[in-house]
Amino acid sequence: MPETGNTGTTVGEAALRAPKKQEAVPGLALGLALLSAGPVVILALLIVVLSFLSPYFLTGRNLSNILAQTAVISVVAMGQHLVILTRGIDLSVGSNVALASVVGALSFHAGAPAFLVIAVMVGCGAAVGAINGLFYVFGRLPHPFIITLATLSIAKGLALQLADGRAIPGMPDAIDALGREAVWGLPGSVFVVAGVAAVLFVMAKTMVWGRWIYAVGGRPDAAVRMGIPVSWVLVSVYVISGLCAGIGAVILAGRTDAGSPLFGNLLELDTIAAVIIGGASFLGGRGHLGHALIGAIMIGVIRNALNLLNVNVFFQLIVIGVVIVIAVESDVLRNYLEGRVRVMQAGRQS
Amino acid sequence: MSAVPASVDHAATAEHPVLAVRGATKRFGSVVALDDVSIEVRRGEILGLLGDNGAGKSTLTKCISGVHQLDAGAILLDGAPTQIRSPADARFAGIETVYQDLALFDNLTPGQNFFAGRELAGPQWLPRGMRFLQQRRMDAETRILLANLKVTLPRLDAVVAMMSGGQRQAIAVARSTVFARKVVILDEPTAALGLRESRQVLNLVAALRDQGNAVILITHNMEHVVELADRAVVLRQGRKVGELVPTKDNKQELVSMIVGA
Repeated sequence: MPETGNTGTTVGEAALRAPKKQEAVPGLALGLALLSAGPVVILALLIVVLSFLSPYFLTGRNLSNILAQTAVISVVAMGQHLVILTRGIDLSVGSNVALASVVGALSFHAGAPAFLVIAVMVGCGAAVGAINGLFYVFGRLPHPFIITLATLSIAKGLALQLADGRAIPGMPDAIDALGREAVWGLPGSVFVVAGVAAVLFVMAKTMVWGRWIYAVGGRPDAAVRMGIPVSWVLVSVYVISGLCAGIGAVILAGRTDAGSPLFGNLLELDTIAAVIIGGASFLGGRGHLGHALIGAIMIGVIRNALNLLNVNVFFQLIVIGVVIVIAVESDVLRNYLEGRVRVMQAGRQS
Repeated sequence: MSAVPASVDHAATAEHPVLAVRGATKRFGSVVALDDVSIEVRRGEILGLLGDNGAGKSTLTKCISGVHQLDAGAILLDGAPTQIRSPADARFAGIETVYQDLALFDNLTPGQNFFAGRELAGPQWLPRGMRFLQQRRMDAETRILLANLKVTLPRLDAVVAMMSGGQRQAIAVARSTVFARKVVILDEPTAALGLRESRQVLNLVAALRDQGNAVILITHNMEHVVELADRAVVLRQGRKVGELVPTKDNKQELVSMIVGA
């Protein structure tokens, strides 16, 4: 074997375990660490500031209220997060929630038992998601924007048609229980959110499927060349996003004891905002479930605070929009800083 | 010369090249990218694939690695005709490719890149995507692999996005060794690298050969061809125009074959 003398860059295994050159860029590293911790820090600051501004904010009742109000956004945002990880977007989630709730209400009035009503709602959500995924992948659409925009319209129209434009009151008691207080002053919906989060966390972190999602989001063409079944990975994230919308519909129906074609209005924007505000990247392959949850809670806290402080409702939309811009810009900044780190790595190596 | 691993059956390798391409032809519309090209590579051998831009080198290797399909001709692995319809087929057949664009996942760690699409996971009765990752096994194998190849990386838990061009190239080449069982194709692995980083990658290429792989090396660098390649095939305008054993003395001859002068 031609062992060419090159001991300068080739060292044994010991060096692999104890790398010595990693702490050379403290400024950049600090900046990157701050950016990645950003959403948590901002949320914590927000809570501290608000507890001074309003005496009601930090009461157990208000906090439980915030969690109840963000339950739907949280669940649907977790599905949206998986889609965004693969560089996609699911605009249909809001209409999907409306359609699922209407179909659930109709099946309840047709005499279906509670478990069947739940299954119908979740199944309806997953079916819309499957349509999104299958058309996007096998219809060879350039971007999921198009098909999910179409299903946004179709699902909404279908929900309005089926419900004759009105809310349909009445849900099985098992579903209504989600809106009521369960344990420790928390509504049942919070436990649904926690359960969905736990399942998705295990799937994304410990299963091959989860690794594939990150690979597809990081570099779709390379994922194909590495033999990853990219088409099915993509379909699966839209199905799960739809499934989460179905679960969101169950929670919303439980809180209101009704199904309505007007449910989920602008929910697509809220969930996308939650994912981005929470710190996941629109560029794909970056972020985790915690980002979606923190973003959802942050939106809930901002809304709640503006209400407590008697700020005009219209102003909430403006605030959320501004926060989105800040979040996206810090993502851009993070990419820039990483580029700098890479350049410095190369510089130090040669 | 390279030490062929003891496990390799010498008689078999003498008879059958690991990879043989016969009469490869590929058209893109009216453009003939490959015209009746035949090559073969044996175990423990490096074949230099030379040619000017547009000569058909990349098309040929993409046909072997399943990105394109041949219009006519055959690919034989260990003497048996093999259909390679997709990159997954090629990898399954034991053909690894180091692409010019590296095809690395910037958002994953080196170890995660090594095992992308080939994750060690279980239990086996579950469908592939539903299996649970065996992270510790993959980490251990990553460390052993890098140590064997004498590749040093600043950290193994950082994503590849944070690493230099040479480190990334080394990761891409090292990845091809994880599962390579027969053939490794390297498309200009030293393009855009500094002198020292190139040297490290060339050592990796030699290591691939010493593991008993048949290596196809595409490069523009004559020094590297003379140093490493056991044979060199020259393509020009989609045709094979020459094949010889590269030495310091016939470097000029190779160059004139490439440019057609």
